[in-house]
Amino acid sequence: MNIGLLIHEWLVVALGLGLLLVDLWVPSPAKRNLGYAAALGLCAILLYSLFFVRVPSPEITQYAFGKMYALDGLGLFFKRFFLLAAIIVLVMSVEFADRIKAGIGEFYALILFALTGMLFASSANDFALLFVSLELITVSFYVLTSFERGRFSSLEAGVKYLIIGALSTGFTVFGIALVYGISGKLNFGDLAGVTAEIGSNRIFLFGLVLVIAGLGFKIAAFPFQIWAPDVYQGAPTPATAFLAIGSKAAGFVLLLRVLFIAVPDVAAQWANLLIIISGITILYGNLCAIPQRNVKRLLGYSSIAHAGYLLLGVAALSAAGRAAVLYYLSGYLFTVLAAFTVICLVMRQVDGEDLRALAGLSRRSPLLAATMTLAMASLAGIPPLAGFFGKFLLLKAVIEQGAAQPGYYCLAFTALVGVVISLYYYFGVVRAIYWSEEAGDLSPIPLSEPVRVSLYGCIAGMFFLGLFPGPLVNLAAEAVKVLR
Amino acid sequence: MSILTFIICCPLLAALLLAFVPNSFRVVMRGVAVLATLISALLAVLMFLLFNGAQVGATGYRFEQQIAWVSALGISYHVGVDGINVGLILMGAIVAFAAACVSWEIKEREKEFYILLLVMAGGILGAFASLDLFFFYFFHELALVPTFIMIGVWGRGERKNYATFQITLYLSLGALLALVGLIALYVQSGANTFDIPALTRHIFTEQHALSPGAQHFIFPLLLFGFGILVSLWPFHTWAPLGYGSAPTATAMLHAGVLKKFGLYGLIRIALPLLPNEAQGWMPVLAWLCLGNLVYCGWVAMRQKDFNWLIGYSSVAHMGFIFLGIASLTLIGITGAVLVMIAHGFLAALMFGLGGYIFQQTGTLRIDELGGLLRRMPFIGMALMMAAFAGCGLPGFANFAGEITVLFGAWTVFPQVTILACWGALIIGAVYALRAVRNILHGPLPDKWAAVADAPHLWRKLPFVILLASLLIFGCFPGLLTEKIKPNAEQIVKMVQAGGRNAPGGALVTQAAAKEDAR
Repeated sequence: MNIGLLIHEWLVVALGLGLLLVDLWVPSPAKRNLGYAAALGLCAILLYSLFFVRVPSPEITQYAFGKMYALDGLGLFFKRFFLLAAIIVLVMSVEFADRIKAGIGEFYALILFALTGMLFASSANDFALLFVSLELITVSFYVLTSFERGRFSSLEAGVKYLIIGALSTGFTVFGIALVYGISGKLNFGDLAGVTAEIGSNRIFLFGLVLVIAGLGFKIAAFPFQIWAPDVYQGAPTPATAFLAIGSKAAGFVLLLRVLFIAVPDVAAQWANLLIIISGITILYGNLCAIPQRNVKRLLGYSSIAHAGYLLLGVAALSAAGRAAVLYYLSGYLFTVLAAFTVICLVMRQVDGEDLRALAGLSRRSPLLAATMTLAMASLAGIPPLAGFFGKFLLLKAVIEQGAAQPGYYCLAFTALVGVVISLYYYFGVVRAIYWSEEAGDLSPIPLSEPVRVSLYGCIAGMFFLGLFPGPLVNLAAEAVKVLR
Repeated sequence: MSILTFIICCPLLAALLLAFVPNSFRVVMRGVAVLATLISALLAVLMFLLFNGAQVGATGYRFEQQIAWVSALGISYHVGVDGINVGLILMGAIVAFAAACVSWEIKEREKEFYILLLVMAGGILGAFASLDLFFFYFFHELALVPTFIMIGVWGRGERKNYATFQITLYLSLGALLALVGLIALYVQSGANTFDIPALTRHIFTEQHALSPGAQHFIFPLLLFGFGILVSLWPFHTWAPLGYGSAPTATAMLHAGVLKKFGLYGLIRIALPLLPNEAQGWMPVLAWLCLGNLVYCGWVAMRQKDFNWLIGYSSVAHMGFIFLGIASLTLIGITGAVLVMIAHGFLAALMFGLGGYIFQQTGTLRIDELGGLLRRMPFIGMALMMAAFAGCGLPGFANFAGEITVLFGAWTVFPQVTILACWGALIIGAVYALRAVRNILHGPLPDKWAAVADAPHLWRKLPFVILLASLLIFGCFPGLLTEKIKPNAEQIVKMVQAGGRNAPGGALVTQAAAKEDAR
């Protein structure tokens, strides 16, 4: 057993259950502040993790539950990542509490349970745990996306996510069944031992493709991206933010683990498949984002494009590429959460999140305007922000492989075209903030202290990762050493 | 701490400082911006005077400083100067000061404007001082992005929004192509370092030249990536519209200094590190540069707006620099660097004067203006001198540079040089003198009776400094050429050593032999 390894998960589950219990006794008006309590609790867990949880060495993995659960550098990296994301999302949710008619306590608790799923996902070393953690994440999100019961679009988002999510779950389960049927293994480590023999079995490969397709839904990669814009637009903003960063990162850590721990031999032959998926995802996301007028929908398409960029690192099939994925995700965390926090605050009173609602933001709140501008610049990959160095690492990883396989050069150019296209629509957002003619509402936007801190934190994160990438580059390189 | 670090950091720190100044302190903002760029410019002058020739050898750089940044990837903050960039940094710092001086015309959102201006200045100086491929690109992007925002917010004209998008997308594409080329260069060299001196050592001293296949695709990436940034024909269409819509200071800094980044990249990186392909592509470049010199000059003649005219003429002048680079001779490359510096001062002067006239009259349509010399003797005289410099009158730095380029190119591309002479001397003179005649001479329309000359020394200062620089380097080009020559020679040697066995290399070796024979 070795239960001590699951310390993050235990603490977060305990926090979530405690929150539900306390919710029973707290009077309604004070319930929104439970979010701060939850965020503080997660801060404590994160600090504990940073100071007391260690991995003996990057190559050594500690196992629990009969090797279903693995604690290694990669897992630990992502656990801290998810904890940080959840803290910012919780602070954002408190600001959103006014729009949720009833049950804000449950909203916070569901975020914590989705977080638990992500924590498990970052340590999954077995198809069973992969499936369970994915389901924990997805089921929590079914409720989170449709939490604004009074709003039609929120319900629509929930239903769409439910249907598509159920479909992807079906794919995953069917794929796992096929893989298990052929190999008789569920554990990633065991599977890696037998892929040399059964790697060419068509049914086995078909099963793997289905599993990857299931994960493709999570990260919103082409051709499984169709849900993303609708769900991003309709869901409550904090849920969208958590979906954008948490669910996507969970999909990526599982993808990395399946491809490079369970079936590294097969992954090595999938270079072309990954190149094509990555290239199309980048182009699809960027091209479809151009005509969007709804900010959340625009970010939905942009998140598809970013899934494509992240897939560059996976497609490179090298340690440098995988480390770049980790780096890029870290930059993406600060960037995308900063953007959604601003949207959450500005659009609190407005129903549609049209770009016009951003007009005059620079006069209403210079901090929010600056944050949104920096977030857009970082998403577009402009130095000295995190997005630039992330894209640089990804491109470098892809070009490094180009000597062996010219397809990688085509991929690098596709990414380049994508970046140029994306400048157009990110620039459009900045333009709406700073120089749009009609600005109806010019009332200042009140900011609570915790939100202010989280915004400053995101800005600092974007700048730090852009200006001092050294420490995180090394950390990411250490973390991916467990992958082959 | 190297003096270069101070030159780069001074504007950047000032930008940071301005971020904390309240919006109402307008004088403070202006003062900080002017002071910071002045300090930078003075330090650059000091550096230029202290620079006593690069040491010959693999790292012949002065005022070097190196700090490891991401050691896992071989990226370090590494600055230093040799003969090629010492003049460019001096020019950049002086133009930045002039640009800060003319920014009094900005009346709204001054804080943001000055912050962006200072970031742009710091980025430009950093790009020219960097000896690390990553920072070279990083600083350039840092300077490029403020350009877009400044055109978008403070730009003028009806097509401002279109111009903003066009220049953003076009230049980003160029910059990204160059980035891919630079990364590919890093990857293919196998040296695991972005450091330019280390790469040079790796490729030349240790004989690890890049494989012909790798050079074959990296060089066009760099050539066209940098070419888009420098408005190489036929990728020049962003320039006139962009400059026509940009606020004065932005146009001065971009056309004068930032645009030279691509040329500097070609000379510093693409030629010496990819010698085989460089030799193969140079004839193509020589013919393309005729597009700049002749075609864009021709188009400039037909312009009705003065800013568009300067925009096209600045595109046309890039042709000389490309021609000098394409010749791959010592004289040609020395001349190219000289024209880069001279044109930096000239373009800044032209756009500064155009901006002043626009500020006074509210229009730059050439047929609406006229007789302005009577109302503004100082500005008019300065404009006339700038026009003379533009058509290559001896005594101005442009003449020294252009004639050197033409001498250098004659031995290699005689036909191109003949056409270039026509393009430069005849067409250039026609549009410059026509503009002077229509704007400054003739009857003064009544509506311009109230326009005023630059009232006091403070307003005149930027133009005086730029003109003085043009005249000093025009009368004493040796100040620059003596510094440029040893390093240009080194680059020519590297290209020839690398390309001797290559198929495209025969041409230049012949030319060099011819030159030796003379």
